[in-house]
Amino acid sequence: MTILLIAEHDNSAVKADTLKAVNAATAIGGDIHVLVAGANCSAAADEAAKISGVAKVLVADNEAYEHQLAENMGLLVSDLGKDYSHIVSPATTTGKNFMPRVAALLDVAQISDIIAVHSEDSFDRPIYAGNAIATVKSSDAIKVLTVRVAAFSEAGTDGSAEVVAVDAVHDAGISSFVSAELTKSERPELGAARVIISGGRGMQNGENFKLLEGIADKLGAAIGASRAAVDAGFVPNDMQVGQTGKIVAPELYIAVGISGAIQHLAGMKDSKVIVAINKDPEAPIFQIADYGLVADLFDVLPELEAAL
Amino acid sequence: MKVLVTVKRVIDYNVKVRVKADNTGVDLANTKMSINPFCEIAVEEAVRLKEKGVATEVVVVSIGAKACQEQIRTALALGADRGIQIDTELNLDSLQVAKLLAKVVEEEQPGLVIMGKQAIDSDNNQTGQMLGALTNMPQGTFASELVIENGKAKVTREIDGGLQTVELSMPAIVTTDLRLNEPRYAKLPNIMKAKRKPLVVKAAADFGINLTSSVEVLKVAEPAKRDGGEMVDSVEALVAKLKDEAKVI
Ligand SMILES: Cc1cc2nc3c(=O)[nH]c(=O)nc-3n(C[C@H](O)[C@H](O)[C@H](O)COP(=O)(O)OP(=O)(O)OC[C@H]3O[C@@H](n4cnc5c(N)ncnc54)[C@H](O)[C@@H]3O)c2cc1C
Repeated sequence: MTILLIAEHDNSAVKADTLKAVNAATAIGGDIHVLVAGANCSAAADEAAKISGVAKVLVADNEAYEHQLAENMGLLVSDLGKDYSHIVSPATTTGKNFMPRVAALLDVAQISDIIAVHSEDSFDRPIYAGNAIATVKSSDAIKVLTVRVAAFSEAGTDGSAEVVAVDAVHDAGISSFVSAELTKSERPELGAARVIISGGRGMQNGENFKLLEGIADKLGAAIGASRAAVDAGFVPNDMQVGQTGKIVAPELYIAVGISGAIQHLAGMKDSKVIVAINKDPEAPIFQIADYGLVADLFDVLPELEAAL
Repeated sequence: MKVLVTVKRVIDYNVKVRVKADNTGVDLANTKMSINPFCEIAVEEAVRLKEKGVATEVVVVSIGAKACQEQIRTALALGADRGIQIDTELNLDSLQVAKLLAKVVEEEQPGLVIMGKQAIDSDNNQTGQMLGALTNMPQGTFASELVIENGKAKVTREIDGGLQTVELSMPAIVTTDLRLNEPRYAKLPNIMKAKRKPLVVKAAADFGINLTSSVEVLKVAEPAKRDGGEMVDSVEALVAKLKDEAKVI
């Protein structure tokens, strides 16, 4: 049994998502080979070689993979993956984009967003916005899996795997990268943060998110948002936490001016400690919060910043 | 250009599901069912393309039991021109659905396929990408903007780090994210008109595709319960709790 794990990286470094997916793969068992597909990505490959539990790193270094376009990645991974028992990737927007193509090209099912491993062929995954957990068993010869990274901790980095170049170049020639507008922030990424403070429609506008920034700075926190806050244009889409945004499970999640819709809870209810600040005592968010404070956020946020 | 749109009948997004006591699934008896919200955004986008004169015909397809004709009619009321129901009582996996859709694509030859990025019941986020692989079409997933020009589809995608724009040759597949558009409400005259729009029914079994899933659901369980905690009455009390009791700051 050998697992092919596709690294999430930006050509210069592997992301924490990769380390978490490696831990999921370790739970499955067998050897783990990591594929780093990108352009000028040898630095990322060297980092991948240090992940504990990785036996081999395959590097596909070619322009065709620079932006990990799904069409090219689908061809590459389904080609390399033929001889593996499992193909695994973190359920990031990159993994979600190309993995189903891999599965379809191999004529097998994909099991999305696994949160627990029972055996080499049986896994738990959330359905219905996390309101039910399905235990599923796959009879496919190759199991194609994406991993909900919030459910796994990071693998160590004391490994020293061999790095092998992959020469195969797959360029489907039907799609091309035009541009990217990446949000720059000094703060930790939502998926990696120990503390997250999120704002909802109650914040009223983007300017008021500054009230969260001071607190985030003191706590070393990432800042998130509800869909309503993103739809209203207060903050960019990459800050959305929820069923269809980012799934997070930090030590501390502070929800400010967020009502607690099913879809928002789906993205944060596995946080260790949840704090809710809302002026409506009936807001559903209080039903899952460890600590609730019924108050006007404009009064208490400055107080909170001062108290930290 | 013909646009093919897919719709799935799912539990309404406002309804909280109950897991069945025998752990075989969730209880959908007497629950409100609706068009999957992401599919609704797909229909809206297709109709807008038609209104702009970019699309000439919008064909909507749904795979499921007879009840899903209701969702096809909803899409027709929103402005789609005709519907196809692929009839099956089976609970298909994304791969089987994609294979059936690939047959529809072969027959209909659309210039563009617009689908929801995920269905809010199974939360798989797979079918559009699988259809892309099976038909060798490029894909613009999680789209927040779609522009068709010079025979190409330019798609802005919501990704973990922000936004990414890709250019696709056509025919292409687009899967919708929440910010692509805000779907309209169907007006009563359009709901009446939709009843007379053509809707053909085809049996899934007639497509010559193996419809057995390779993934067996062993159990469906409630997630770990999270008990509500306590209310605090001041910022001071909150900070004290977080420091001394929860020990997270
Ligand atoms: C297909 C689909 C997918 C979705 N995916 C997501 C998702 O991934 N993530 C997500 O978050 N949502 C998602 N949603 C949307 C979700 O259903 C809710 O609409 C959304 O979460 C509401 O955001 P909110 O809590 O900020 O706004 P509201 O529900 O409007 O709540 C605002 C809250 O702020 C409080 N408030 C207002 N002013 C103040 C004040 N001065 N002080 C203190 N409190 C105040 C109010 O009491 C209220 O509780 C999705 C919906 C659909 C249909």
